[in-house]
Amino acid sequence: MNSILTSKWTKAIVFVACLVPLALLVWRGLHDDLSADPVAFITHATGDWTLRFLVITLAITPLRKILHMPQLIRFRRMLGLFAFFYVCLHFTTWIWLDKQFVWSEMWKDVEKRRFITVGFTGFLLLIPLAVTSTAGWIRRLGGKRWRMLHRLIYVTAVLGVIHYYWLVKSDVRKPLFYGLLVAILLAWRIGTWLIGRRGHSGAAAVRREAPVTTETS
Amino acid sequence: MVIKRQPDLTYKDVTPKRLYMGRRNFLLGLLATGVAVEAYKKLPGLLTSAHAASGSVPVKLNGVTKWPGSTTEPETPIEKVTTYNNYYEFGTDKDDPSKNARNFVTSPWTVSVEGEVAKPRKFSMDEIMKLAPLEERIYRHRCVEAWSIVVPWIGYSFSTIVKLVEPTPKAKYVAFETYYDPRQMPLGGEAGIQLPYVEGLRLDEAMNPLALLCVGMYDETLPNQDGAPVRMVIPWKYGFKSIKSLVKIRFMKDQPQTTWEMYAGGSEYGFYANVNPNVDHPRWSQASERRLGPGSGLFTPKIKTQMFNGYGDQVASLYAGMDLRKNF
Repeated sequence: MNSILTSKWTKAIVFVACLVPLALLVWRGLHDDLSADPVAFITHATGDWTLRFLVITLAITPLRKILHMPQLIRFRRMLGLFAFFYVCLHFTTWIWLDKQFVWSEMWKDVEKRRFITVGFTGFLLLIPLAVTSTAGWIRRLGGKRWRMLHRLIYVTAVLGVIHYYWLVKSDVRKPLFYGLLVAILLAWRIGTWLIGRRGHSGAAAVRREAPVTTETS
Repeated sequence: MVIKRQPDLTYKDVTPKRLYMGRRNFLLGLLATGVAVEAYKKLPGLLTSAHAASGSVPVKLNGVTKWPGSTTEPETPIEKVTTYNNYYEFGTDKDDPSKNARNFVTSPWTVSVEGEVAKPRKFSMDEIMKLAPLEERIYRHRCVEAWSIVVPWIGYSFSTIVKLVEPTPKAKYVAFETYYDPRQMPLGGEAGIQLPYVEGLRLDEAMNPLALLCVGMYDETLPNQDGAPVRMVIPWKYGFKSIKSLVKIRFMKDQPQTTWEMYAGGSEYGFYANVNPNVDHPRWSQASERRLGPGSGLFTPKIKTQMFNGYGDQVASLYAGMDLRKNF
């Protein structure tokens, strides 16, 4: 298992797998299979995949601990960047295909529609995380500050769920499902933080955090 | 009025292809993701399509005359109109109704007319088909979600029914109700809205000749997902006012509580719901719309939404003196 996780091939395979949703969209587009309203279809698909990648990214740390697979950290940055990739596609779809570059209309929406306000905020918060995802930035910021900054992903995940919840008309099952996943993943963190505090061992707390050097792999 | 039945025409062609599509999507979904949601979503569709088909299938309608008021805008292709539906009883995704309504049993069917009328009665589908000559009317149909289609509906003015049942002087409103059977519509319980679906019009709106009692589209009877066997089409109002699979018509003294009004305390959709580019939906602008037409796609420019969906000449007088911002 260890050798699979650390193999460079696994990383390549995961990378390709993360592109499959996009490939499917392109394939469906070429086969005229994006429903009667392709703009809405692409908007929803890219939004869905953003939330899925946010959830998967947030699941890495708990899974590492629970399954005793510290090597999973190798995939975290890539998965987080894919969440950013899909939110960029989502945003581009909105501003290009939906708003058709009418910036005034876009700003009106951001101001007036609370579901767009929160979605847009969640998107903006991901930008610094994507920018500082490199080894150089981790070094420059220092592990502690870098980790603090990257906790913004918690905010984005919550905003993403609210964005979805406010958007749907009446059937809230899917947004609630994502909300439940995000809640579990955040609750796990709060739980381990509380336990760690009770253990009042600074050294143990440091050990629980990912060694920053593995981020560069 | 003759209905020619061609029972083995459509289903043979359609079902196996969709079954195949369903399975392909299912497998690709699994392959691509392993995400449980996807698999869970596709499963019911696969199971239902594996059942033997027993629902109604559109048949050709003969003797339909062309109504002179039809729009000359290009018709939306039938494939789009039959695969992109809001019919929450059969699921809340746009492609759900086309998959889940396939076995919906629409025969026998009766429409019951009751309430403030001198002659309450039940109409069988056969009677409804013969009450007036069928006309093809090509209407613009504007959804509240800011997309629109152009559809050649078949039917006649709803006023035909009104005249037959003779409303009493007390009757000021008409409530319409969609069929609801949780056994046939198991997804209805998850729609998040109260069912059966109820819509309503003021009596003078219902008497407007544009208000259509609709039994077909594109030369055929209605497909299940588009509201078979009989529905209303109110072209100057948002699509959700055009109630599907109609079973009950009730004439009333007071304004009926409609489904979407009851939802979220009426903040989302008002009773009137006239197409109005100047009054935004709480979550999006209604100033423009995406026309789902022939060849429309990713880069098709949006078009400006017209007041009363372009039917102002015929209906604006109904609302003279009313504040349409308040009565949205």
